[in-house]
Amino acid sequence: MRQPKLLRTSTFQLAVMYALLFAGSVLILMYFMHWATVGYMERQTEETIDAEITGLQDQYRAQGLAGLVRAINERIAAEPASSALYLFTAPDFRPLAGNLAAWPGLTPEPAGWFTFIREDLQGHQIPARARVFTLRAGVRDDLHLLVGRDVREIVAMRGLFRRALSIGLGITVALGLVVGLAMSRSTLRRFDAINQTCRRIMSGDLSQRIRTRGADDEIDRLGSTVNEMLERIEQLMEGVRHVADGVAHDLRTPLTRLRASLEDLKAHASLDEAGRAAVETALTEADGLLGTFAALLRIARIESGSVASPFVELRLDEVARDACDLYRAVAEERGIALVLSERPVRVKGDRDLLFQALTNVLDNAVKYTPAGGRIGVRVEADGREARITVNDSGRGVPAPEREKVVQRFYRLERDREATGSGLGLSLVQAVASMHHGSLELEDNAPGLRVILRLPAEPRGSGSKREDEAVKRPSAA
Amino acid sequence: MRILVVEDDRNVAAYLVKGLRESGYTVDHAGDGKQGLFLATSERYGVIIVDRMLPSLDGLSIVRALRAANDHTPALILSAMGEVDDRVLGLRAGGDDYLTKPFAFSELLARIEALQRRAQPAGQPTTSLRVGDLEMDLLTRSVKRADQSIDLQPREFRLLEYLMRHSGQVVTRTMLLEGVWDYHFDPQTNVIDVHISRLRAKIDRGFDKPLLHTVRGAGYKLHETA
Repeated sequence: MRQPKLLRTSTFQLAVMYALLFAGSVLILMYFMHWATVGYMERQTEETIDAEITGLQDQYRAQGLAGLVRAINERIAAEPASSALYLFTAPDFRPLAGNLAAWPGLTPEPAGWFTFIREDLQGHQIPARARVFTLRAGVRDDLHLLVGRDVREIVAMRGLFRRALSIGLGITVALGLVVGLAMSRSTLRRFDAINQTCRRIMSGDLSQRIRTRGADDEIDRLGSTVNEMLERIEQLMEGVRHVADGVAHDLRTPLTRLRASLEDLKAHASLDEAGRAAVETALTEADGLLGTFAALLRIARIESGSVASPFVELRLDEVARDACDLYRAVAEERGIALVLSERPVRVKGDRDLLFQALTNVLDNAVKYTPAGGRIGVRVEADGREARITVNDSGRGVPAPEREKVVQRFYRLERDREATGSGLGLSLVQAVASMHHGSLELEDNAPGLRVILRLPAEPRGSGSKREDEAVKRPSAA
Repeated sequence: MRILVVEDDRNVAAYLVKGLRESGYTVDHAGDGKQGLFLATSERYGVIIVDRMLPSLDGLSIVRALRAANDHTPALILSAMGEVDDRVLGLRAGGDDYLTKPFAFSELLARIEALQRRAQPAGQPTTSLRVGDLEMDLLTRSVKRADQSIDLQPREFRLLEYLMRHSGQVVTRTMLLEGVWDYHFDPQTNVIDVHISRLRAKIDRGFDKPLLHTVRGAGYKLHETA
């Protein structure tokens, strides 16, 4: 899981590119050094051989066959230990003079050059380079002259180069990759920290800031730019929250007074039966209005993430059991079977809000399921996903309307008369996204299936990755 | 008993003072935070009711200041916000209960009664509760009425226990949700009512004198009628 992510980073790709570039440079450098040393020695050898052939040719021209043989013998005798090789043969390659035992059975390259292996007296295989020259000997057939040099040093040198090249290339590539990996890992870690902070901010904690190293490099500058942007967003959010709180305070206080006056009226005014009933109705209406208003404010607050009770690890199945326990009585009263199947599921979240969300879903299910119906609640988790599924056998929601019923105040045409604020599922949706989860409505054929998905906590995990980002000291 | 009301909104304050006096309490009123803190520290009160948003010194600071001075007078915080975080903040500051505006007066009265009761020093840990001829043994978790054993579900047991511990007081639906189910939330319908009527069927059916009463527009009350 971790490696492919590392391989995908741009720094790693850059490291691979650099490693290849270095390898290319090493190749070119080695090639030049080869040309300047081994190549030079080879050229030197060939030039010497050429010069000797020219000299021997001159000898032949001036003094004939006997002179040539004498010259060869003199040269061999002058330096018996030298690396020079000579062979002068008759047309049938029978040796006439020279220090080579036999004619190497090879076809020469163009211009008469060839490389061959000869055995010395001790039986060692010794590489040699030589050139062949053919003497036109009048009526008789051609005579063959071979002049060569022992090239074992050059061959050894070339071997050294080859070894040095392969080892050098290996080191370059390995070093490039290791350094590249190390560099990309450290950069990746810094980007990961930025990512995590941003994700935490998206989930509502606007006080989070990206930690900078103070090195003023690109990543630091990105961090501070994002931090400035967050500062600005936080100011704007703060403004919105102030307005919302102001509205809440300014509207709720007069509503409280209205309600108080109504209660006062009910308690003290000498009202007849009709008057008392009217006041009761007014009180109920006021409560309904206040309830809607409170729900709306609560959704807005959940969505803005300012409901700041910190998430704790909790058992989703226990919350579901409590909610079912609360609603089972109502369901049974209406002749509906409420069946819970659960297994231990851990999530991180706000217990009260999850309970509220679940009771909102159950409330709808109980409201819209006819007597004799069945409501099934299932809590399960696979891997990283925890799921609560609530299905009922009611009338369900037509497919085109499923997206809309989650919207605030949206109600199905047939339910216009039903009680409730039309905010229940909006609140569930808000709670789901606050927990980085989702809400889905599906056809239960018949009825509705509501699926609430949340990220599951692995069994018994601690909160290790909490302190990646710096918590800015908040003004109390 | 003496109650201090710290509330800046005149109408709400007048309504509170009037209502509490009618309910038999002695009431002092402070219109801003500073005066409220002054009164709270210089006089002795049974319960203090503080609005969260106040001029000069906010409600949470008053409670915090009292707790810092080792004054544990029960405090009930009123707020127009009523959000979970506010509730948590309020309770963390040292408030004993939290009520969201607007509230029914009966809810406030019920909570004041509960606070008073809580403030009284707990003597021996109780092992049994009794209201009239209804008896609850907390150790064996059994309930009897007039020596007839009553079989209760675990949740019904907790519901009855809460009602018995608050016998003679009005207990609201929200108080039951908080005290018995341990969740702070707004029920959409009166889901509690069904639980109460089931409990009532178990403890009152077949007996002359009902013990569990519905208080209209407020909640429930468990008590023995004369």
